[in-house]
Amino acid sequence: MSTSPQTLTTKDVAKVGLLARLALSEADLERMAGELSKIVGFVSMLGELDTADVAPLAHPLDTQNVFRDDVPAASLSTAEALQSAPRHDGECFLVPAVLGESSAA
Amino acid sequence: MQPLEMSAVDLVAALRQGDITAVECATVFLDRIEATNGSINAFLAVDREGALARAADIDARRKAGKPVGPLAGLPVALKDVLCTADMPTTCASKMLAGFRPPYDADVVARLRRADAVFVGKTNMDEFAMGGSNENSAFGPVRNPWDLSRAPGGSSGGSAACVAADMAPVAIGSDTGGSIRQPAGLCGITGLKPTYGRVSRRGLIAFASSLDQIGPMARSAADCALIMETIAGHDPGDSTSLAVDVPRYTDLIDKPLTGVRIGRVPEHFAAGLDPEVAKGVEEAFAVLMAAGATVHDVQLPHAKYGIPTYYLIAPCEASSNLARYDGAHYGHRAEPGKGHRAEAGGQRSAGQAGGFESPLVEMYCRSRAEGFGPEVKRRIMLGTYALSAGYYDAYYAKALRVRRLIRQDYLDAFQTVDLIGGPVSATPAFKLGEKTDDPLAMYLVDLYTVGTNLAGVGGISFPCGFTKSGLPIGFQLQAPPLAEPLLLQAADRFQRLTDWHRRRPQAMEGGKA
Repeated sequence: MSTSPQTLTTKDVAKVGLLARLALSEADLERMAGELSKIVGFVSMLGELDTADVAPLAHPLDTQNVFRDDVPAASLSTAEALQSAPRHDGECFLVPAVLGESSAA
Repeated sequence: MQPLEMSAVDLVAALRQGDITAVECATVFLDRIEATNGSINAFLAVDREGALARAADIDARRKAGKPVGPLAGLPVALKDVLCTADMPTTCASKMLAGFRPPYDADVVARLRRADAVFVGKTNMDEFAMGGSNENSAFGPVRNPWDLSRAPGGSSGGSAACVAADMAPVAIGSDTGGSIRQPAGLCGITGLKPTYGRVSRRGLIAFASSLDQIGPMARSAADCALIMETIAGHDPGDSTSLAVDVPRYTDLIDKPLTGVRIGRVPEHFAAGLDPEVAKGVEEAFAVLMAAGATVHDVQLPHAKYGIPTYYLIAPCEASSNLARYDGAHYGHRAEPGKGHRAEAGGQRSAGQAGGFESPLVEMYCRSRAEGFGPEVKRRIMLGTYALSAGYYDAYYAKALRVRRLIRQDYLDAFQTVDLIGGPVSATPAFKLGEKTDDPLAMYLVDLYTVGTNLAGVGGISFPCGFTKSGLPIGFQLQAPPLAEPLLLQAADRFQRLTDWHRRRPQAMEGGKA
C-alpha cells in the first residue's frame, strides 16, 4: 500500500483489482491509478469535519431486523434458477476448477 | 385531443369511458416509438406483440363486463433496471445482455395487476451509474429538446421517452438524483419517493441504502396516479415501509395557503447557471402567489453531499455487483480466449501474481469484459474504500457525515414544510462534454444527492426554459412520507403555469 492514502500506485490498483475480481491491463492500471487518486483526493475533504462524536448512519430508516413467519413458501425451481446460467448440467452451475493454478492464457 | 398529448389521468378516464380502446391506445404509442426511437434511443427493448396482446385482453374483459385494474390500458415504459419475467432486463450492460429474470419486480407486478400495458424497457446509464446516459453499453439517449445534448441520467431513457410522447408514463429509479435530474433536463415531472415507500424487490441493486423507485410523467397529477399503484409494503423487501398508502390523487388538489417553503441561499452560489437561477426564483414567486411562504433555511453540510455520496454509493455498489460472477447468470468469459487488453494486446492481467485459481480467473475476466468503464471505476473505488486500512478513513467517515447531512434536513423541516431550489446547476449539457472527466460528471448530482442520503422525498418539475429552448427544472424536497405535499405543491404550480405542457419543437409532427 502506498504511504499516502490520497495517491494510488499501479501496484495498489492491481491489488484492489484482484479484491474486486476485475482483470486489468497495464493500461487500465495506469489510467485508474490517476482517476482513482483524483477521486480519492476529492472525497478526502470529509476529513475537514470532526466526527468523533457522530455515530455512523448506514441506513436512512431506523429499521430493525424483520422476520417473517417460519412457514415454507414457494421458491425458484431448479430450472428457473438455471435459466440464465452460462453453463449448467441441468442440476448445477458449472464453473472452472476452484483449486489449482490460473491458466494465464 | 389525441392520445399522444393526453395526460395519464385523462387517458385512463378515456379508456374507462370507452372513448378509446386499450389496443388503439397501445398502437398509437408503439407507432410513435417506432417513428422516433431511432433518433432518441430511449428504448432498449420494445414489446409490441406483448403490449398488443395484453391490451386486447383488457379490452375483452372490459367488453365482457369483467373487472379491470385501475390503470387498465395505460401504456407504461419501464427503466431497464427493473426485472421483468417476460422481457429481457439488461441494466444497459453487456454483463446482462439477454438476461431473462425469473420473476417480476414488485413494482412491475403491481403495475401488471393494475392492468397497465408495458410498451418496453428504457435505456439508462449502465447499472444506473451516471448522470448523462452516456454510460449505457447500448449507446446514449438523446435529449428530445436538442438531439446534440444529454437527457441526464441515469433514468435518461425514461425521461426522454415521456418528453418525446413515446409513453405517457415511465418508471425510473433514483439513487443520487437519477429520476429528478433527467426529469429536469427533459422538461418532465419526476418523483423520488421517501426511502422505503416503494418496494425495491426486483430493482437491480446499485446502492441499497439509497435506491428508490418512482414515477416519471408529464405532470404531478399523473405521478400521483402511478404512486397509488406502485407504493406500499412488500414482504419481499424488508426495508419497505408498512405504512398505508394514501389516495394521492384525492389529496393534491388543495391550496398552498400557509405552506412554508425553505430556500437555501447556498444553492444560488457561483456555479449555478444564471438562466437556471432566474427560472428557479420565478418558481418561488409562483408558489408564493399560490399562498406559500418562502423562508431561508440552512443545510450546513450540503457541500459534503457529493463526497459522502461518492464513497457510500460505490462501497455499496462494489458489494452489490459482486454477484456478477459469470457463473449464475450474465456474461461469462470464454476459456482460453484471454482478456483483450485495451492497449498492448493480449495479456493475462496487469495484476502481479495472477488470479489465484482458474475460477478466480474466470470471475476476473468475465467482469472485465462485462462491465463498462464507469461501473469498473465505482467498483474499484468502493473496494478500495472498504479495504483493510481504509475502511475507517473513508467508508465509516462517510457514514458519520451522512448522519450530519440527515440531521440538517430534519432540523430544516422543523421550520419549513418543503425545501425548494434548482435540480441541476445547468440545463442539458452536450453529449461528450463531461465524458473525459469522471469527477466533473459526479458534480452534476450536487443538488440531488442530499435527498437520498437523508432518505427523504423529492420531486422535479419544469419551471421555465432557457433562451435556447432548454427546460429548466425546479426541485422540492419534503420530510419522510410527505409525498402528498410534494405532489400538491407541484400540482398547484402546474395549475398556474404551462411549462409542463410544452413539447419539444424537434418532436412536433414527428410522427409520419
